[in-house]
Amino acid sequence: MATEFPVEPGNPTKSGNPAQPERCMEPERLYAGEALSWHLNEDTLEVELHRKPCNEIGTTALRELEALADVVRQGAHGARALLWHSSVTRGFSAGADLQELYHGLMDGGLPPDGLAADARKLAEVRSFLDRIHDAFNAFDQAPLVTVGAVRGVCFGGGFELALTCDVLVAEQNARFAFPELRLGLVPGFGGVPRLRRDVGNAAIRDLLLTGRSIRASRAHALGLVSQVVGNGEALGIARMVAQQAARFDAQTTCKAKRFIKTLPASELRQEKDLFIELLASPTVARALKKFVESKDLRPYLP
Amino acid sequence: MTQNDITTKLISLAAERFQQEASTLSAADDLFDRLGIDSYQALELLSDVENAFNVEVPDYELQGVHTFAALAEVIGRRL
Repeated sequence: MATEFPVEPGNPTKSGNPAQPERCMEPERLYAGEALSWHLNEDTLEVELHRKPCNEIGTTALRELEALADVVRQGAHGARALLWHSSVTRGFSAGADLQELYHGLMDGGLPPDGLAADARKLAEVRSFLDRIHDAFNAFDQAPLVTVGAVRGVCFGGGFELALTCDVLVAEQNARFAFPELRLGLVPGFGGVPRLRRDVGNAAIRDLLLTGRSIRASRAHALGLVSQVVGNGEALGIARMVAQQAARFDAQTTCKAKRFIKTLPASELRQEKDLFIELLASPTVARALKKFVESKDLRPYLP
Repeated sequence: MTQNDITTKLISLAAERFQQEASTLSAADDLFDRLGIDSYQALELLSDVENAFNVEVPDYELQGVHTFAALAEVIGRRL
């Protein structure tokens, strides 16, 4: 269960006034959940991802991401920057919780013709996608500077979360990938529209159509990552980026961000439609079953 | 750089990453079984290898690659 500290998500301050948050010298822990926690560190709202094995995003994470999105919409406790990092050894995030997705979809057994005839389950997934898109869009368009400190695995939905950030700082051991086509799917949390916003077609097609992973320096060369730093250094460097960004006038930063970072709203809607269309196919059911039931120790290798 | 040089360097990288004695590893070893690593650890090693040799090795080129010697061949093609 989530441990709630003095301020609950959705209720940014005790006084209820997000414009005047309570401050003290020590970092103020605001929320501690099962998948993520956040606290204020001076002008930065730091979000820690801490669900083992590698911050898989399922319904628990979604609820807490929605709570954080509400906090961001209501002023982020007065923070000027939002910083994401992971305390899980394996990396930033391995993406969607495929175990949960599989068991949620297949609780009545594996339909031989796929899920096309199961409107209820498809509607449930659509609802999940709508909710996660709402949260990710809130992070993407937040009126403050968002910084991601990435190390280790940053795959699928985790990569999609990272792509909502304004600035990414990656450790040398960070790896980025969209392995969804291996499951007969496309990324469903807004990844492709955001990738198309940030990099050229050669990189998008290579990543999406081969499912390969790329290291931090390649991601840097592609323009996805702002800085590549030594292993163990990303959080400290990301904090400096956030602190520097917080020095400038808030309104100017907000207007500049709005100018340079627009939401690809139409493509995001199309992506959800395509995901649901593909999910209905028997290919996905078979691929998910194979992934979940596999005893292979190396499911993330081709 | 010869294949032997590449293999020796690979073994050294793997030994350092997974805290093993390099002298106990050989070119013909199955690196997954010998090192006892999962996919996350394999990806860490891949990053180490790419950074150390300054090459890019797409994951799919590693299909069927199980030994240090075979991995050295893949890297050699890209040097």
